[in-house]
Amino acid sequence: MIGLSAVLLMLWEGRIAGISGIAGRLLPPYRDGAFLSRFGFVIGLIAAPLAIAVATGEAVQQTVSSNIPLMIAAGLLVGFGSVWGNGCTSGHGVCGLSRLSVRSIVATGVFMATAFVTVFFVRHVIGG
Amino acid sequence: MSFLVNLALGLLFGIGLVISGMANPAKVVNFLDLFGTWDPSLAFVMGGAVIVAFTGYRLVLTRERPIMGSSFHLPNRSDIDAQVIAGPAIFGIGWGLGGFCPGPALTALGLGATGTLAFVPAMILGMWAARLLAENRAQVRAV
Repeated sequence: MIGLSAVLLMLWEGRIAGISGIAGRLLPPYRDGAFLSRFGFVIGLIAAPLAIAVATGEAVQQTVSSNIPLMIAAGLLVGFGSVWGNGCTSGHGVCGLSRLSVRSIVATGVFMATAFVTVFFVRHVIGG
Repeated sequence: MSFLVNLALGLLFGIGLVISGMANPAKVVNFLDLFGTWDPSLAFVMGGAVIVAFTGYRLVLTRERPIMGSSFHLPNRSDIDAQVIAGPAIFGIGWGLGGFCPGPALTALGLGATGTLAFVPAMILGMWAARLLAENRAQVRAV
């Protein structure tokens, strides 16, 4: 479904389904007229768990860390890093790998590696 | 009209993220924990998405242009610069800490967990800062 959505977005608008690119352009300055489309895509993303809950009658299960300073730090790193590197898991990882982009293959390798190292450090060196 | 189509595509993308478990940080961190409770299932989610997109892009890009708009907007850079190394490196650290990458974080906003409510505004702020900084640098270079 993730891949299908990316393909349909290319068919409809001719754009890459990169969430960091879509979300990063929600705040000004606006360079093109695609704000409303991006806004729609984000609303769809946010509405997804609600749609599932309505369709199945069951709440979606998840476990999120409630360590607020940690989550703020993680959010800043994810936001800054994904836009600085021109893409995140969807833009580089799914769309970029699908197009065999060299930049995306490098980027995906780097963020997978630092994520593995971070989790190893947090869980096994500091101790979760 | 474009708004509604994009809303539907966002919904499809988000439902895919939720069903696959990508929007659950606990599952994502287990996927990233190679030396502990490694759960490889998300690798198949990403692999599946890549296979579908790989095939679908080939079909779509045989067209002259998308349904809306006059041309496809494709990134065409292939140079490896410091930014494409440093950005993902920083992103990966945050992903490992919080268990969220940008898409799942937005999707999880719909569930309203406290951690998500702290993560998403910080993420949007980080994105905005990176974008302003990148555009600033581009302008300095152009002068």
